[in-house]
Amino acid sequence: MKSAVITFPGSNCDRDMDVALKKFGFKNKMVWHGDIELPKSDIVVLPGGFSYGDYLRCGSMASKSKIMKAVLNFANTGGMVIGICNGFQILVETGLVPGALLRNKYLEFICKNVFVKINNKQNTYFKNIENDILELHIAHNEGNYFCTSDQLKEIQDNQQIALNYCSQNGEVEKKFNPNGSINNIAGVFNKKKNVLGMMPHPERMIDLSLSGEDGSLFFNNLINNIK
Amino acid sequence: MKVSIIITLKKDVLDPQGKVIHQALEGMGFNNISEVRQGKYFEIDIKETETKRAKDKVEEMCKKLLANLVIENYEIIDAQ
Repeated sequence: MKSAVITFPGSNCDRDMDVALKKFGFKNKMVWHGDIELPKSDIVVLPGGFSYGDYLRCGSMASKSKIMKAVLNFANTGGMVIGICNGFQILVETGLVPGALLRNKYLEFICKNVFVKINNKQNTYFKNIENDILELHIAHNEGNYFCTSDQLKEIQDNQQIALNYCSQNGEVEKKFNPNGSINNIAGVFNKKKNVLGMMPHPERMIDLSLSGEDGSLFFNNLINNIK
Repeated sequence: MKVSIIITLKKDVLDPQGKVIHQALEGMGFNNISEVRQGKYFEIDIKETETKRAKDKVEEMCKKLLANLVIENYEIIDAQ
């Protein structure tokens, strides 16, 4: 299975993602933002970081970079694209997934482990995953998911909400919402579910001695689903 | 021609920075404020002599990059 990770100026989770993908069997290629073509890939990853120094709005400059034309084309023809953290911010700026990511409600950079509940398993990303709740890491300043009430209804009706912040036992309540996101939303799909944007970092939870292994569940499941 | 644009958060979008600025102002003794909203201001010097054409171009820029229409409104406030 082939993957591609895009490196933008200011990306800083691109190499972690490369390590994670390779660990679980992907043949990964790093792609520079100034390139115009993607290598043949089963999945394209927009990694976390601070692309273009978060100028203007997080992800806005990266969403207009040269490689994104190819990524948009890949996504619009059914290709799998996942954006993590800053990658999620880039995805909302391209319009591939609905909504926007605002400054965290309490104006602090949040860096901690959280629990997220998988809201929809009818897709290639989460199909067959045993757990309903994953412990993953978040590290962001702008992860406060926002969409209009019409958009919220639409993404609920289309089962586009991928992940919700929750307690260890899976209770999706306000007190387990780290950043003020509407309905505790931590990740959303596009309509066809081939594009996923999420704030938590699965690539940071692939080694039990360092962090945890719920990210391992995610990547293991992902490669098996793509095969 | 110089075109000036103001970009503001839409009314129903939370502006935590505006809230904190509001609190700071109150702390300084400015007690008669009901709300503070923070926005962005741009000046674009565009090689165009006709006002309408300049405004149209800048509007396109706002829609495509400068503003995120999910959360923000833009207003061209001056062109000269």
